Amino acid sequence: MTDHNNTNDDADNGRVIGTPTGGDSETLVGPNADAHGEHQGPYPADETHVWPEEVQRRGEKVAALWFFVAFLAGVGFFVAYFYFHPNAQDEPSIADPATAQYANMAIGGTIALALFAIGAGMTVWVRQVMPHYEVAIPYDEFPSAPTEKASFGDFFMRGAHESGFIKRKLMRRTLLLAMAPLGLAPIVLLRDTGPLPGDKLHHTIWRKGMRMVVEGTDHEIREADLENEPGGMITALPKHDESDPEHAHGLSLNEQAKSVILLIRMPEDDFNPEMERLNWTHKGIVAYSKICTHVGCPAALYERTSHRILCPCHQSTFDAANGAEIVFGPAHRPLPQLPVTVDDEGFLVAGGDFSSAPGPTFWDAERGA
Amino acid sequence: MNANEPPKALRGVGNFIDDRFHLAKMGEKNLRKVFPTHWSFMLGEIALYSFIILLLSGVFLTLWFDPSMEHVTYDGSYQRLNGVGMSRAYESTLHLTFDVRGGLFMRQVHHWAALIFVASLVFHMLRVFFTGAFRKPREINWVIGATIFMLATIEGLFGYSLPDDLPSGMGLRILQGVMMSLPLVGTYVSMFLFGGEFPGDLIIPRLYSLHILVIPAVLLALIAAHFMILWHQKHTQYPGAKETEKKNIGAPMFPAFAVKAGGFFFFTFAIIAGLAAFVQINPIHLFGPFSPTSISAGTQPDWYMGFLEGSLRIFPNWFDVNIAGYAIPTAVLVPGLGIMGLVFTGPMVWPFIEAWITGDRRPHNVADRPRNAPTRTGLGVAAITFYGVLWLAGSNDILSHTFSISLYTTTYIFRVAVLVGPVLAFIIAKRICLGLQRRDRETLEHGYESGTIQQLPSGEFIEVHKESSENMVHVLQSKKPLPRIDVDATDENGVESPAKRSIMGRLREGLAHWYTKDNVSFDGVRPNSGHHLHHDGFEDAAEEHDRSETVRTP
Repeated sequence: MTDHNNTNDDADNGRVIGTPTGGDSETLVGPNADAHGEHQGPYPADETHVWPEEVQRRGEKVAALWFFVAFLAGVGFFVAYFYFHPNAQDEPSIADPATAQYANMAIGGTIALALFAIGAGMTVWVRQVMPHYEVAIPYDEFPSAPTEKASFGDFFMRGAHESGFIKRKLMRRTLLLAMAPLGLAPIVLLRDTGPLPGDKLHHTIWRKGMRMVVEGTDHEIREADLENEPGGMITALPKHDESDPEHAHGLSLNEQAKSVILLIRMPEDDFNPEMERLNWTHKGIVAYSKICTHVGCPAALYERTSHRILCPCHQSTFDAANGAEIVFGPAHRPLPQLPVTVDDEGFLVAGGDFSSAPGPTFWDAERGA
Repeated sequence: MNANEPPKALRGVGNFIDDRFHLAKMGEKNLRKVFPTHWSFMLGEIALYSFIILLLSGVFLTLWFDPSMEHVTYDGSYQRLNGVGMSRAYESTLHLTFDVRGGLFMRQVHHWAALIFVASLVFHMLRVFFTGAFRKPREINWVIGATIFMLATIEGLFGYSLPDDLPSGMGLRILQGVMMSLPLVGTYVSMFLFGGEFPGDLIIPRLYSLHILVIPAVLLALIAAHFMILWHQKHTQYPGAKETEKKNIGAPMFPAFAVKAGGFFFFTFAIIAGLAAFVQINPIHLFGPFSPTSISAGTQPDWYMGFLEGSLRIFPNWFDVNIAGYAIPTAVLVPGLGIMGLVFTGPMVWPFIEAWITGDRRPHNVADRPRNAPTRTGLGVAAITFYGVLWLAGSNDILSHTFSISLYTTTYIFRVAVLVGPVLAFIIAKRICLGLQRRDRETLEHGYESGTIQQLPSGEFIEVHKESSENMVHVLQSKKPLPRIDVDATDENGVESPAKRSIMGRLREGLAHWYTKDNVSFDGVRPNSGHHLHHDGFEDAAEEHDRSETVRTP
């Protein structure tokens, strides 16, 4: 299919070019006699290069072989489909991940083979049974004749005048006026798709005295837990009040997305003495929002020796020893800090809400609300 | 009795339809439609066929998929996640995978077809761009095609977000983060789209209706329009002895092209089915359900979002500003929205920019050879380089790990590469084009190198040149002088027109000069006239010298 513009090669491939078709090919195009005794197909002889009969016969056999392969593969698909079971009780069941993979290979493989064989058979059909065509049709000239254009313009303008749309200004303008509110209506109808932001994004459920729990286990965290933590870092959430019906099933994803923190412990001397909220730390324990201020991925990686917090998405890097100031990367502002203290029973608690709005940086994220 | 008369049953159906629609003449004309043959014309076909496969497999998936964010605790066939909290959307995707025979296969077919759909759109667009097939009268079809590309990318992103697995939720989070960065309106847009704060419980049902209804309907309409315009205007073709601006050469719709295209559909489907059967894609059961507090390092988006991921990674926050305490995070706005806008709208406006620069308003049916439009080709290669660098930057963590380079060093390398790479690519590609033009000119004049070496009586070795075929001569002569039609407009006294003297006129003239200045002229080159074809065994050194001069003269 790449050699259409190289007729020399065509001849080398044994194609009969520009010659009247022989007797053999009459069976293909029908015995309809032509007055000029030339080619009898739907396309002129010099555009239709018919294969010799033996080539066509071989092509037919190859194509038929492919189609038969497709048939067998299609039958194979049924076998594969009913061999596997969808319910876990019967064997082999696709409920087992390994079996699911094999079922996928069997079901998909048979279909792929059937599809491929049909494609191959059709390609052989086109290339060896069907004549090779090189048909010409003219491109259209696109601009209409000036008379046609003039006639159209004349008709259109007369119609427009006749309708009164041009002359009757009051009617035209009131119609356009009438359209304006209707055009805006669909936008207004979308108003209730969501609430206004208000100051929602500025506040989380963290309150003074609220305990912290390990994310995923709900284990309340004591000061000592961080000493035993080899990475020096724990992902934590606020402890929800189970008596509150709103939190009977734990924190909602919305609440988690805003309140999740990184609890980090380091030697107290490691903190930068000029860190703004050094008094929000407790015995070397500092808490920052885990949600990156760039576009909101969890900044989940912490390197103990350099005190760096790294967001794996876009690699914003924050210095945990210096108020999570940005060391590298695209983030706009430091991770918001959460004040940490301990309560009477020795559990870590929040001293209040974050220093600024957690999450991706938005227009008024750094302004108090 | 005519043997070519259709069988009675077919005649009956044909007459039934024709009695009602009068279609015989139009039907024959369309069956005689010509489709030029070249491998590069199959790229658009791959896109069309993978779209059909997407529709078919997508309908299958909707029979089980439940786009609900209701929180459930899993208790099903996939033992490893029993007792884990997740959304209904994720649960129903697990059900599709482990309780529906062929469900995993169809999911993988859908995902692979989507990847191939966008990829074939890109390659199809590159083919059209580099061969200038977007020129008049086909600009509108090009704009439709670019819109299809944009919608396909968005459609892919939305589909990726539906199963509510960990990477899919992270993709949504990034989308929301980018939205939030918009000054003034960002938080409103995000609140309205998500029905509240992130993630809420509405985004998946909303994306679902966009993904399975709105966007596919628009895509289908645009694809239909794209195809009807192609049908009406007829396909472009590459230059050749018979191929002219007036005559379209190729295989007829019926029977050759129909069967060929049908076979190619089955091939496309077979490749996608084969990939779906044997190459795992998006194994959401291994990723786990979405949680806004967790992430896995090294996660990669689908390939077509890679350039955005890369631009978000390497664009520094050096230009971020705060105005009266209000944040303008340019490190999100520029790479997230600016670059995306450039990639989507740049192609759409290019045909009009090029026509404005060159002043070429003629219709074109014979496609350009890329070398014959060196500036355009250079710009295209520069754009590919820009996109490619961003795309690679989207996996800089993996590159850093694989090649043991510091992560931050890779960022710096990409920051430099994204600026320098396209410039170098432009210069190199343009020079290669001009070199090929010179070689074409030489081949046209002196014939082609036959590979036969002769020794002359003087002892000198020469390579025998042979005359190019008639077809080759046509191909080589398809290079027309680049038009600068009304840019040089002066009146009869040699005074520049006011339009030319305006700022835009000056700009246009400068661009036209830049666009055409280095082009190799074929003026006065007569095919196969060169002396190399007329060796009589006594070529003198002076003539040889003369030849090398000719080649160097542009």
